Formats: sequence, structure tokens, C-alpha cells
Amino acid sequence: MSKFSTLIFISGLSFLLIVITAQLPIAHPPMLIGQHIIDNAIQDTGVSNIVTSVVLAYRGLDTLGELAILFTAASAIGLLLVTQVNSSAKQVQISNPNFIIENALNLLFPLLLLVGFYIIFHGHLTPGGGFQGGVIIASAFFINILSKPFKATDSEIEKSHQNLTIIESLSGFTFIAIGLYALISGPDFLSPFLSHGQLGSLWSACTLPFLYIAVGLKVGAELSSLLITLYDSEELKD
Amino acid sequence: MVLLYTDFATYLTTDIILYTGAIGLLLIGLLGLLILKNIFRLLLSLVIFESGANLFLVLSGFRTHGVAPILINSQDNISQMVMNDPVPQALVLTAIVIGVGIQALTLTLIIKIYQRYQTLDMKEIHIKLEQDIANIAQTSPLASQDKPQYMTNQTEHSNKGISSGGQV
Repeated sequence: MSKFSTLIFISGLSFLLIVITAQLPIAHPPMLIGQHIIDNAIQDTGVSNIVTSVVLAYRGLDTLGELAILFTAASAIGLLLVTQVNSSAKQVQISNPNFIIENALNLLFPLLLLVGFYIIFHGHLTPGGGFQGGVIIASAFFINILSKPFKATDSEIEKSHQNLTIIESLSGFTFIAIGLYALISGPDFLSPFLSHGQLGSLWSACTLPFLYIAVGLKVGAELSSLLITLYDSEELKD
Repeated sequence: MVLLYTDFATYLTTDIILYTGAIGLLLIGLLGLLILKNIFRLLLSLVIFESGANLFLVLSGFRTHGVAPILINSQDNISQMVMNDPVPQALVLTAIVIGVGIQALTLTLIIKIYQRYQTLDMKEIHIKLEQDIANIAQTSPLASQDKPQYMTNQTEHSNKGISSGGQV
């Protein structure tokens, strides 16, 4: 009976949503701010990818808040899972990684790192940027974990956690330091300074590439440490 | 005239397909959240719900004949190009990253629940959680039962609950 009423509710909601959507001006968005940003982004920041100018220049404060949310989630996961390490929970039985994963690591690891850093460095020119590149870098390290599940000792994991914390803190500090310098020297917090450069070249778009490098390193370090924490919580040692 | 009609028809069908897809993803996610009992499947429903919302947001910034808001040649005149709205795209980028954080945190909570109760079924977890709370509070777990089967049992259990609660 509850499933039946749920279905009725869902079908009513779908009817409502479709009726509302059909009355929308499709492909003619009513927002004016988008056209304003498209017209002025190149004079303001010198980026080719206008989405980057929204993420880092016009709404840079939101990106800082987003990084704070990601950091909070990673800290909460560490807090929840760290108490479990020495308990007598059942050990998870996993098989040895197969031939393909073990050998794909040597091929994929450098390529994934290269692609990740390429996407971070070209965030102001092409689709992509710090978040996407950071996730690719984290996936490179995750393949490393998948292919060698038994090889890491506790001291190695501890050391990698320390290194990741240092990278994460330094990149977060860099982001805020650039923003504070802009506040002292220029008009606003995180407003772009330095020269615009030539449109479309790698050294252009004011301080936005540096901000995206900081974001990419922070996201990569945070997601890697998150994956290591999840791996470490299941007692995988055989 | 024929060309105009086909042009209109393609855009209409594309828009309808895209919007129906976004609404469909939203409704599938919501349906899963409402009727499923396994908490891991609830997480997957949440992910589908989220992707439907993201698709809807991106679609709201679409313009007819619009291109991605990226300038390829520096000689291009930006005032003559129709570009899609960059603001919803930046919003969705933010939403996806926050979604990853939420999913990881939810997965961690699911791992902790499974380690404690050895089940993923929501009803069993609810019963075991009630028992745990009652044990900690030293009351009868049936004292706060919301739908008793028999009237006699109900009075008995509620009396027991009150009396044991009174002893504490």
C-alpha cells in the first residue's frame, strides 16, 4: 500500500514537473548575468574558458567555501574511520590483484599523472581545471592502491598521510594568500591581478592558473587521503 | 519552409528528450529514496537524484545554436557568437564536487553501520538501533512502539516500560 501511494505521488510529481517545464522559455534563458559575464570576462580576466572566470574570479569565494566543504567531508571520514583500526573486526577477504591490474599500473600511473597535471595547467584555456585534474591525479594513486593491496606497511601509510596533509595545507594556504594579496593591493578578495597576457597562451589570465593549480593539488591530495583512509579502515592485511 | 520546419522539429525533439531525461532521472532517484530498503541502494538513488538535478541546471543555461563558452581563436568577435550561459555550468561544477564529498561521507556511515549491525536492511537496522538506545537508557525497547499488534500486549508492554523507566 505504501508503495502504491508512493507511485501515485511520483506520477503526480512527474506530471507537475513536465507541465511546468513545458511552459519554460526553452533555449532562451531569462538570466541576464550570463550574457554580461560573456561580454566582459575577457576584458576583466583574460581567460579563454569563461566558466573558469566564473569559478575563480567572479565567484572565487564560493570556490573557497567548496574547498572547505570537501575538507570537512574528508576530516569527518577520517574521524569516523580512524577509531576502527585496532579493533578485532572481521578481516575482509580479498583476492590478489590480477595480471591486468598489476601490469596496467606501470603504463597508466605516469599517463594519468600527466593528463591530470595537463588538465590543471590548461584550466583557463580548455574545458577542465583544478577539480577535474585533481580527481584524475587521485585516481592514479587509487590504481596504485588497487594493484598492491598488501604491500603497504602501517608506517608507510602514516608517512603518506603526513605528506598528503602537507600538500593539502600548503595549497589551501596558497589559495587564501593569493586572495589576501588581492584584497590588500587591489579592490576585492580574490580579484585577479598580474597581467592579462596574450589570450589563449599558457601564461595568461592573471592569477587564475595559480589558483587552479592550488585547487587541483588540494582536491587531489584530499581525495587521495580519503581513499587511503577508506582502504586503511578495512583490515586488508592477509 | 520545409527547412524551417525540420529545424524547429529537431530542436523541439532534442529539448523534449533532454528535459524528459532530466525529470526522469530526478523521479527515478526520488522513487528509489522512497521505496528501497537497502541503505546502499538509497545512496545510489541519491546519486541518480543528484545527477538529474545537475542535468536540469545545465539545461537551463542552454541557448538555441549556442556553443560552449570557450574562446578558441583570439580573432573571434565575442559579440557575434551565441554562447551558452556559463553561470549554471560553474554551479554544477561546484555541485558535483560537493556531491562527491557527501557520497564519500555517506559511504563511511554505511560502512560503520554494517560493521556494527552486520546488515544493510533499514528495518533491521531500525529495530537494532531501538534496542541499543533502550539498552543505554535502560528502558524497555517496546515502550515506544508506534503500532502494537494486540491491545493486551500494548498495555502490558507500556506498563513494563513505564515501571522499568520509573526504576531508573
